[in-house]
Amino acid sequence: MTSASPLANLLRIDPARETDRIVAGIRDIVFHGLKRQGAVVGVSGGIDSSVVAFLCARALGPERVLALFTPEADSSPDSLRLGRMVAESLGVRSVLEDISHILEAARCYERRDGAIRLVVPEYGAGYKCKIVLPNLLDADRYAIFYVVVQTPGGQTRRVRLSAAAYLGIVAATNFKQRARKMMEYHYADLLQYSVAGTPNRLEYDQGFFVKNGDGAADFKPIAHLYKSQVFQLAAHLGVPDEIQRRPPTTDTYSLEQSQEEFYFSLPLEKMDLCLYGKDNGIPATDLSAAVDLGVQQIERIYRMIDSRRKMAHYLHAAPMLLE
Amino acid sequence: MQTATIAQQIRSFIQESFLFGQTDNLRDGDSFLESGIIDSTGILQLMAFLQDTYGVRVEDEEAIPDNLDSIDRIVVYLRRKSDSAEGGAGSGRI
Repeated sequence: MTSASPLANLLRIDPARETDRIVAGIRDIVFHGLKRQGAVVGVSGGIDSSVVAFLCARALGPERVLALFTPEADSSPDSLRLGRMVAESLGVRSVLEDISHILEAARCYERRDGAIRLVVPEYGAGYKCKIVLPNLLDADRYAIFYVVVQTPGGQTRRVRLSAAAYLGIVAATNFKQRARKMMEYHYADLLQYSVAGTPNRLEYDQGFFVKNGDGAADFKPIAHLYKSQVFQLAAHLGVPDEIQRRPPTTDTYSLEQSQEEFYFSLPLEKMDLCLYGKDNGIPATDLSAAVDLGVQQIERIYRMIDSRRKMAHYLHAAPMLLE
Repeated sequence: MQTATIAQQIRSFIQESFLFGQTDNLRDGDSFLESGIIDSTGILQLMAFLQDTYGVRVEDEEAIPDNLDSIDRIVVYLRRKSDSAEGGAGSGRI
């Protein structure tokens, strides 16, 4: 990104002012709108949930915030360590709930592995996996997922997924986000708290969440903020440096998977500016220098944003009623 | 197989799989992406249909809108695959 470009500065916010605004909003929503006594925050050790935990602690008081850690068999050990760091630096209560046994009972891992075996028949014990998108910037391609598998010996293979394999993997791994949310609402019921959602604007807008999983919450205090604005708030709020420096990850698959690899296929700071450009009618020719991308690439991204929004419609839809 | 027959088979597949009975507005040249008829998961289903029906495996580099984004484009793509198979050892069902 060319930081000297005026467009690159468009996403700068006054973090102190924005913090005050969000904090006042959380207090109003939780205490007066929802009439709940505090907030449960699922803390993953990533930047978004850390910022939400800091905002909730500031808004409601640390004694009214519960940080919930929900690791499972495929989680990076860093997630729990960094999550604890957030809770300790805020002085909020925390609970560890390993959800692996819930996922085993739901046959999450077994179903996922079975779906992978539709395209990689030898996949089994000791293998690791992740799903990835091809490069969508340099040519008109479909956003078709591939599975990357790593043998116990460390060799990797990348195979295009069939429809049945892709849907099988997604349907199985979505148990993870739904089990986490079930646990968050358990503690919300127990304590008469509300559940804070942690999506940023990119995730919320583009449907990078699981319906009734991480998409479920009582309020979403940073869903209006671009990822780079979340980083600005993190710096202002004093989120631990290690979390600010940690590359974003989905923490869903056993092989390390960046969010851009899984979903956006573009570095998040560039995706931010493209989303801003798209929403504010900035022609691709004007945005090109700011994001250091070609005009055709930006036009592809603009089309991709539209396409994702269409797909996200179902994810955002509330239950539909027949009058 | 006649081009018109292939086009009709593809149209039937798309109508049954993605349009759920709303069949009147789909023309052979219409872009699936622009009209929002098929998303990326739908493309995987379309590729499975092409493999099951015509024995055509869409290679990674062929899975692009130029080949698959309308009924017309799919027919042209299938014809090209069939021609290249006849030139080689393969025998298609087209």
